[in-house]
Amino acid sequence: MSDAALPAAGMLGGCTVRKADPAARFVLRGTAEVAAGASFGVALPSRLNRAEASDPRAALKLGPDEWLLIAADAAGDIPTAALQAQMEAALAALPHSLVDVSHRQMALLVEGPGAALTLNAAVPLDLSVEAFPVGMATRTIFEKAEIVLWRQGAEAFRIEVWRSFAPYVQALLAAVQAENEAAA
Amino acid sequence: MLLIRCPYCEMDRPELEFRYGGEAHVARPVNPMAESDESWAEFLYMRTNPKGLHAERWRHTSGCGRFFNAIRHTVTDRFVVTYKAGEPRPEVKP
Amino acid sequence: MTSFRTAQGGRIDRARTLRFTFDGQSYTGHPGDTLASALIANGVHLMGRSFKYHRPRGPIAAGAEEPNALVGVGRGGRYTPNLRATQVELYDGLVAESQNRWPSLAMDVGEVNDLVPAGVFASGFYYKTFMNPPSAWKDLYEPIIRRAAGLGKAPEQPDPDHYSHRYAFCDVLVVGAGAAGLSAALAAGRAGARVILADEQPDLGGSLLSDASATIDGLPAAEWAAKAAAELAGLANVTVLTRTQCFGAYAQNFFGLAQRLTDHMPVPDPKAARERLWKVRTREVVLATGAIERPLVFPENDRPGVMLASAARTYLNRFGAKPGARAVIFTACDSGYGAAVDLARGGVEIAAIVDMRSEANGPGIDAARAANLPVRTGAVVTGVKGRLRATGVEVGTIASNGLVNPAGQLSCDLVLMAGGWTPSVHLYSQMRGKVRFDAERQIYVPGDRASNEHSVGACGGSFGLADALAQGVAAGTAAAKACGKGATETAVPGVAGEILPRGGYQGAVPHHRDVRKVKAFVDFQNDVTAKDIKLAVREGFRSIEHVKRYTTTGMATDQGKTSNMNGLAIAAETMGKAIPEVGLTTFRPPYTPVTFGTFAGHSRGDLFDPIRRTPSHAWAQARGAAFEDVGMWKRAWYFPKPGETMHAAVERECKAVRASVGLFDASTLGKIEVVGPDAAEFMNRLYTNPWTKLEPGRCRYGLMLNEAGFVMDDGVIGRLAPDRFHVTTTTGGAPRVLAHMEDYLQTEFPELKVWLTSTTEQWAVIAVQGPKAREVIAPLVEGIDLSPAAMPHMSVRLGTICGVPTRLFRVSFTGELGFEINVPAEHGPAVWEAVWKAGEAHGMVPYGTETMHVLRAEKGYIIVGQETDGTVTPNDLGLDWAIGKAKPDFVGKRSLARPDMAKPDRKQLVGLMTSDAGVVLEEGAQITAEAAPVQGRPALGHVTSAYASPTLGRSIAMALVSGGRARIGETLYVPMPSGAIAVTVTEPIFFDKAGSRLDV
Repeated sequence: MSDAALPAAGMLGGCTVRKADPAARFVLRGTAEVAAGASFGVALPSRLNRAEASDPRAALKLGPDEWLLIAADAAGDIPTAALQAQMEAALAALPHSLVDVSHRQMALLVEGPGAALTLNAAVPLDLSVEAFPVGMATRTIFEKAEIVLWRQGAEAFRIEVWRSFAPYVQALLAAVQAENEAAA
Repeated sequence: MLLIRCPYCEMDRPELEFRYGGEAHVARPVNPMAESDESWAEFLYMRTNPKGLHAERWRHTSGCGRFFNAIRHTVTDRFVVTYKAGEPRPEVKP
Repeated sequence: MTSFRTAQGGRIDRARTLRFTFDGQSYTGHPGDTLASALIANGVHLMGRSFKYHRPRGPIAAGAEEPNALVGVGRGGRYTPNLRATQVELYDGLVAESQNRWPSLAMDVGEVNDLVPAGVFASGFYYKTFMNPPSAWKDLYEPIIRRAAGLGKAPEQPDPDHYSHRYAFCDVLVVGAGAAGLSAALAAGRAGARVILADEQPDLGGSLLSDASATIDGLPAAEWAAKAAAELAGLANVTVLTRTQCFGAYAQNFFGLAQRLTDHMPVPDPKAARERLWKVRTREVVLATGAIERPLVFPENDRPGVMLASAARTYLNRFGAKPGARAVIFTACDSGYGAAVDLARGGVEIAAIVDMRSEANGPGIDAARAANLPVRTGAVVTGVKGRLRATGVEVGTIASNGLVNPAGQLSCDLVLMAGGWTPSVHLYSQMRGKVRFDAERQIYVPGDRASNEHSVGACGGSFGLADALAQGVAAGTAAAKACGKGATETAVPGVAGEILPRGGYQGAVPHHRDVRKVKAFVDFQNDVTAKDIKLAVREGFRSIEHVKRYTTTGMATDQGKTSNMNGLAIAAETMGKAIPEVGLTTFRPPYTPVTFGTFAGHSRGDLFDPIRRTPSHAWAQARGAAFEDVGMWKRAWYFPKPGETMHAAVERECKAVRASVGLFDASTLGKIEVVGPDAAEFMNRLYTNPWTKLEPGRCRYGLMLNEAGFVMDDGVIGRLAPDRFHVTTTTGGAPRVLAHMEDYLQTEFPELKVWLTSTTEQWAVIAVQGPKAREVIAPLVEGIDLSPAAMPHMSVRLGTICGVPTRLFRVSFTGELGFEINVPAEHGPAVWEAVWKAGEAHGMVPYGTETMHVLRAEKGYIIVGQETDGTVTPNDLGLDWAIGKAKPDFVGKRSLARPDMAKPDRKQLVGLMTSDAGVVLEEGAQITAEAAPVQGRPALGHVTSAYASPTLGRSIAMALVSGGRARIGETLYVPMPSGAIAVTVTEPIFFDKAGSRLDV
């Protein structure tokens, strides 16, 4: 009877957690004009807490004047310096801040029918598709760590987390996955 | 756990994402060196501590990162309204 | 042993037999039993000893409200004390024991407490008895009381289970799955709302599971409940949580739910969490938490075999366990008759129904008479015979003047109490709902709606089944509609055959016996009698909250579930007031106890906190490093060789750095990139130092104050470009400094065009320190001229090391030539390894934070948080040189001009040299002018840092001492338990005062 109305066995814990491929990352700060002229390869979103993605590039608006730019170009061919130079050149006339944070953080991909349920062990946000639609991206809390959570699909989330917090996030997700599988 | 409306995100978000920042509308004097010891001490240390509506600073630290202001009732703990930094304190009824 | 199991009926699986033990004795039961029902089926009522008097007790209830039958269940680390036997689901192999008794439950030495003269254990006995002498409290009274008066014992081994948390969100939370809750969940669920239905029982149905007479839509009540449960299970938008106690309501419709996942299993899946804490945020909440039957307060009402009428009904109807062979039903409410009829039908002989009311009529009494059950009206039970089990009752009649006359005795082994019903308004009250007093029924019911709340059925004061179903449907529909859901309407089910529970009684039952010699219990769990409450009022307590605390009624885990109204009525009567004038005590969460494990969730062991490790952590670990925790970071502390002590390792590391070169992981330092056209102006305002003229490629030691003028952080800051600074902070200060900077930038200086980005984890920082540092790194570096002229002390260059981009700083926290190699974190391990290889030929050693501390102390470099404590100014530290005096303003500047900041007796940083070079002072030790400290005279200061200095071959210390700089040369004392240590005050720099070793 317990948990009767939750997704059936196999579905419940049904999610995978894996590390995303390395990527170049930048934090861009400045006005809407800066965002418009960033020349990053994907339009920067104007709405707060939203992501724009066009593989392999993505831009997440995390604050009113703050974008996290992710360039997940093919491994071994990550154009960090070239991208930075290209954007600095495009933005030379506008006050802004562009900082390379490629190695500051890493990404975990949580995917599957049980993704939201698994994340909700530690994330205090309503992760129903109505409340947290596809394309939403925001900084939030993961138990005792801070993360950026981006919903890439109905059952697909990307977690961006500072590298030293990543083992904690991974271990906690693994513990929750195991519990959910046992419950199912 | 309270829900706090972030005026920048325009969403109700869980209290865990926020940090309290003390009383609002306590502006740092433009020229501190021109302040008397008394007025400087007043600025540094004296706060209203009301029973009732209180204007206070919050920061959506693990969210959009912005400081904003809120009117909160210190007895019921209810947030009456939140507003962006720099905006005047709104008139609200208790 | 006689079996009290019925021949048939009940919701137990008679085909399977479960074995269990209670206090070492083996028994059997069936799946579906609780520990309490299984014991009762075995004829066992004695399940515990009371808190204060150690009186023998049995269960009075069959559910969460049970105050007496508290047991310890399980073994070893899984042992859980204070569980209510009425809620413990039976499984094969269950091991349970009673509590608060010695040497055994039947023969408890503590029962002498029950025989001591009246008054000793009365209200406030703690305060009265144990007052003198004051010194005896801690050593004599408290340990005795703690051993004698207590609940279960805490498990002594670590809990092997794990516990989970989950945030959940819904449109409609329904608490309680009785008639009202089920119909509400069905209505809201059918309408399409996101529903969570929670009930603390393993099966949905609540009191319907114990109802043998009523039908709903033509089905027996329990069958209707099963049908409803099946429908709910099929609704994708409904989450059903059984074994789940909603234990508290918090702000803005936030609820805490504790779900028991494996406690009912003999061998739980080790992967499964034992319990889960649900943190539920809902838009609407339907409270269908029911009502609790009130005990009647008469002498010896606590004897095993005395129980609530509803509990007896549940044991019989739901569990097939006869609670006795011959019963007396003492009632003030029609529900007593329903119980009597059920028990008679179940084979229990009814000795009498004793109804306090002089005139009893209606369907209840009609049913009893139809079954030929003996009824006495206008009568009371005035006492219970028997000690370990009831053997009979004394009965009295109430005369027209209200006095009670003895009317003989009846033998029985079961006494039922039916005092009416108290709505469970706990959650409503916690939602800041204001309860209303229903004067006609003398009960508190929910008043105006609390935020988005619907109280339905018995918890709303409607005790009838038909009402509960109708209200549930209405509330479920309304709640769904409030969330914009209303697709399907639900019809109200029809009810037949119920006996409405009219009537009830609050307060002490009148009797004819000597009040000094009898105990009539109000609060069973806390051993509070009617007499205690009267005494408290007589002694002057008027506020019901004070009466509660003085008598302890309604406190602890029980929170007055069965006792509140009776206690209140007795207090009101003694004060000569009406009940609502006396008020009501607060219903504190949790409703039933929640384990620490549930609250802790995953936050234990390795997941208690994030453990942050640097890129070179694995290397250090492989080298046998000892680690220390700095904030959440694990930092290499020292690198002992096999068999080497910490002291020896640190001495070796220090000497190697001074003589040749050392390798140190500085990755944990906070880093903030300050970028924008106004970056220098921002730095001018946030740090004491001037930044405008610092050229790109140069570094400066930065000192950060808070607005009050006290040092809050420091670090080396490099200017990379006119509009870009690489700021470093202390390891622990990184988040604080960034928040402080953001605060000023956003709220005080929003006009500045500058932005802040944390880069702490972007960079692995490899510090190479010592005279050979340049030689070690030179072969690895490309594109940077390392010569002293091209790259002087306190400079930063961009280039390449080992083929990866680097920000190379020439800085020193050791007083030696030093470089800090910043490389992108992923490249950290490879570059570290390369530097290590290059350094081996030069005798390089890895060193840890302890050596770092010693080396910096030899040089008199402060550590924020060690030499400072939030009350220390730059001048106190001798850091006036770091203040840009020409700057018109910076955070903290005005405060430094306050008169108190210039007082000559401020505590100033100095060095201390012990007269015995081998004695290392204790950090934090106080410093006095006299070898024998004078009482009442404040200490002059304290030791902030103290080490054995390998370089100097003696101990050194730093200290904050009142007027310290003027005391240089003086002898002061550090009083310790073994005697005062004489010290000489010196300058706080012990080695290479000229700094010549830096300029090489």
